[in-house]
Amino acid sequence: MIPIASATDSGCTDAPVLRERGQREVFCGLTGIVWLHRKMQDAFFLVVGSRTCAHLLQSAAGVMIFAEPRFATAIIDDRDLAGLADANDELDRVVTRLLERRPDIKLLFLVGSCPSEVIKLDLQRAAQRLGQRFLPRVRVLSYSGSGIETTFTQGEDACLAALVPTLPATAQPGLLVVGALADVVEAQFKRLFSGLGIGPVQFLPARQLADLPAVGPQTRYLLAQPFLADTARALEERGACRIAAPFPLGVEGTTAWLRAAATAYGVNEARLQQVTGPAVDRARQALAPHRARLAGKRIFFFPDSQLELPLARFVARELGMQLTEVGMPFLHRQHMAEELALLPAGTRLSEGQDVERQLDRCRADAPDLVVCGLGLANPLEAEGLTTKWSIELVFSPIHGYEQAADLAALFARPLHRRQLLAAA
Amino acid sequence: MQLTLWTYEGPPHVGAMRVATAMRGVHYLLHAPQGDTYADLLFTMIERLPRRPPVTYTTFQARDLGADTAGLFQQAARDAYARFQPQALLVGASCTAELIQDDPGGLAQALDLPVPVIPLELPAYQRKENYGASETFYQLVRALARRPAEGAPRRGCNLLGPTALGFRHRDDVQEITGLLLQLGIAVNVVAPLEASPADLARLGEAAFNVVLYPEVAQQAAGWLQRQFGQPFTRTIPIGAKATQAFVAEVAALAGVPVPPALQARASRAPWYSQSVDATYLTGKRVFIFGDATHAVAAARVAAEELGFAVVGLGTYSREFARDVREAAAHHGVAPLITDDYLEVEAAVAALQPDLVLGTQMERHIAKRLGIPCAVISAPVHVQDFPARHSPQMGYEGANVLFDTWVHPLMMGLEEHLLGMFRGDFEFHEDAPASHLGHASASMAVPEPEPQPDLPEDLPTMAATWAPEAERELHRVPFFVRGKARRNTERFAVERGVMTITVETLYEAKAHFSR
Ligand code: SF4
Repeated sequence: MIPIASATDSGCTDAPVLRERGQREVFCGLTGIVWLHRKMQDAFFLVVGSRTCAHLLQSAAGVMIFAEPRFATAIIDDRDLAGLADANDELDRVVTRLLERRPDIKLLFLVGSCPSEVIKLDLQRAAQRLGQRFLPRVRVLSYSGSGIETTFTQGEDACLAALVPTLPATAQPGLLVVGALADVVEAQFKRLFSGLGIGPVQFLPARQLADLPAVGPQTRYLLAQPFLADTARALEERGACRIAAPFPLGVEGTTAWLRAAATAYGVNEARLQQVTGPAVDRARQALAPHRARLAGKRIFFFPDSQLELPLARFVARELGMQLTEVGMPFLHRQHMAEELALLPAGTRLSEGQDVERQLDRCRADAPDLVVCGLGLANPLEAEGLTTKWSIELVFSPIHGYEQAADLAALFARPLHRRQLLAAA
Repeated sequence: MQLTLWTYEGPPHVGAMRVATAMRGVHYLLHAPQGDTYADLLFTMIERLPRRPPVTYTTFQARDLGADTAGLFQQAARDAYARFQPQALLVGASCTAELIQDDPGGLAQALDLPVPVIPLELPAYQRKENYGASETFYQLVRALARRPAEGAPRRGCNLLGPTALGFRHRDDVQEITGLLLQLGIAVNVVAPLEASPADLARLGEAAFNVVLYPEVAQQAAGWLQRQFGQPFTRTIPIGAKATQAFVAEVAALAGVPVPPALQARASRAPWYSQSVDATYLTGKRVFIFGDATHAVAAARVAAEELGFAVVGLGTYSREFARDVREAAAHHGVAPLITDDYLEVEAAVAALQPDLVLGTQMERHIAKRLGIPCAVISAPVHVQDFPARHSPQMGYEGANVLFDTWVHPLMMGLEEHLLGMFRGDFEFHEDAPASHLGHASASMAVPEPEPQPDLPEDLPTMAATWAPEAERELHRVPFFVRGKARRNTERFAVERGVMTITVETLYEAKAHFSR
């Protein structure tokens, strides 16, 4: 049974938020390239940055499995710093060489970094200049994934926001699902929407440049990811209108997300129940053993991917876990309104980070499970805490009904493992 | 601007982190944006250290740039000192902070902290990780090593160079320490690994220095020689012969005799290599790439201790390119000095060696090309931190080299049987060497790659294969099939043969047989 908050309980809507300003222990927006380059299969991401940026991408990608990945770094060196005109020439030279080498590239993103921003290398202008040279074969766009501007998943936001002004225009009504999803999840959602009679449904980003959706004043969009503030703004500038909803994580989140679309399209509740019923039952059944294992366990979220709020809502309401602290890089109150309302009242929320102080709080709370980044996980394990490294939550298909139990398993496995090792 | 897909070395501040993280009682305050904190995971995930690197990042943001990044830096310095109470504080800038020119050294000095503050100037747009490690260690030694009292007795030696995230540094230190102990030579200080600032202060008390990793420690050792008159070792004890030479070198420096137990036979590897089963290793063509120290040592071991033929030798460390050039000349091959892994891949593809000894990058290259490979050098992967003791140096290290280099190859008799019965249903390409088992088929067989990621410039085939010849080609053992195909096609093209028949295949085989 899923405990449903009473109607009078507004959850964390007006809850105070601990605002932290200190050392952050999070990736920068460049990291988004690691999944975006797999999703957008004729796009290439060229970071204009330093050796650090190249090293970050390589380390975050974890493994070097691609002979030639669809991303690279143009490493700025001393000579580029000597004169900006030269840096632009150099960039043109690098891009020309790259495009000669890789005829499969149809969309090239020039991705800004901290160094390129600090030296004020204008990548937008560079993209225009190069775009004129290489159109129609290649479209060239730019965005910033720099660590001084973006945190981890904000890189995807910046990338999609750069894409939106180039989407074809349409006057036709349609639904747009926004945020990179695993292909299998996209297919499931497509089936559900078609069952509800909602259509046409398109997804942003698309696998191929040619399949990018059209957008216009009749477009309504649903955010599938909670970190897409700039993309949403760009879509609204094109006239699209957001369907406010919680995020499709867990059974409850997925149903509420679909219900928001159903309501907007005038699909009645009975139809919704009928279409989603089998998947809901299946997912609840699959969740039950995880819930048995996790109910009552205390969980602490370090800020990382911006998925923390919906995840906290899911583990609290569907798995019965107790929230000690839910940290997030930043709180977008408007996009998070539905999530906040569902969160148990009194949850400690924190925004931003002072990692040392947050570690102190975490140790004092002594939670059963800590969700944190790769730099913190093993050290906390060594201190006796059980951790779930958060990047796995970004790199795994977790959205929708069929993935709800997989998502729960990601939380259950570390605890189960610790039990196994302790029992031996 | 250089187009880079994968890099062999990180930025120089990562080198500084490797030194700081290896040590005790040191903290590194790094002026850097938030994303640079990824570097922590190198230590916590790849090396699996159970503690965070002792690094505080200021994590300034765009909105701070117009305001007061210097103030932010000083606040972070005060907080980090108060929280961690280090015995020495390293301060520096990552690539981005270098551009905003806040002068971390000056800012930290101005705080008047009651411990030594060591500023690091690591030019991020010119230099790389190993330079950063070397420079950091050198600056620490300069700042902290105390001049020994006049006439004070000098005892034992220091072991210099091992860092965090080093390729088998932990195990090498244990091995060499044991070796020195057997010689009756005391180890005064090991640094930077596990050393505290107080330990660095005592460096001058040793009679001489053992430089295990010149990439990190040669600069500091040179300074110690000039300042305190401490000589340092030149032999890198990788391989049984080099270990023997190393033993002689340190024994001479310490003025002690070499006990008979420390002759070359202290290692099993030379005997294994001499045993008849190893005959099949003769002339195996090996391609070697890595940091200069490990690459040069590997080439020597391969040629002199295993009887391999070195067909390629290279390094990504330009600082030590001279050593590699000399070694390449000695082995009669052209040196490959590059940090572009595509160049390395092209070289391996052209040479079609029997074995690749390289870094994690070459492991991937070799996997793609279906060539056996062993890792001999950083950059490292989580697999390069095995749970067991697995040194590269010393007599046990020589044993490890024998095992890990020979293991990916077919065993002698097996290779013959494969040659004799190549049509046998069990000897198909998915059946790797029997001792590798089924699970490790991927060691010898290229993994399927996502299509769009394959290199575009694969050579196009000029001659076509007759079906019968194609079938015959498939009877050739898979680990030489690539070479056979290439050679035959080259042979056909050179002779203007349009259709490759079974005859062409064997003519080419005869032509290219060595
Ligand atoms: S934080 Fe900035 S400098 Fe560091 S990797 Fe990210 S973009 Fe590059």
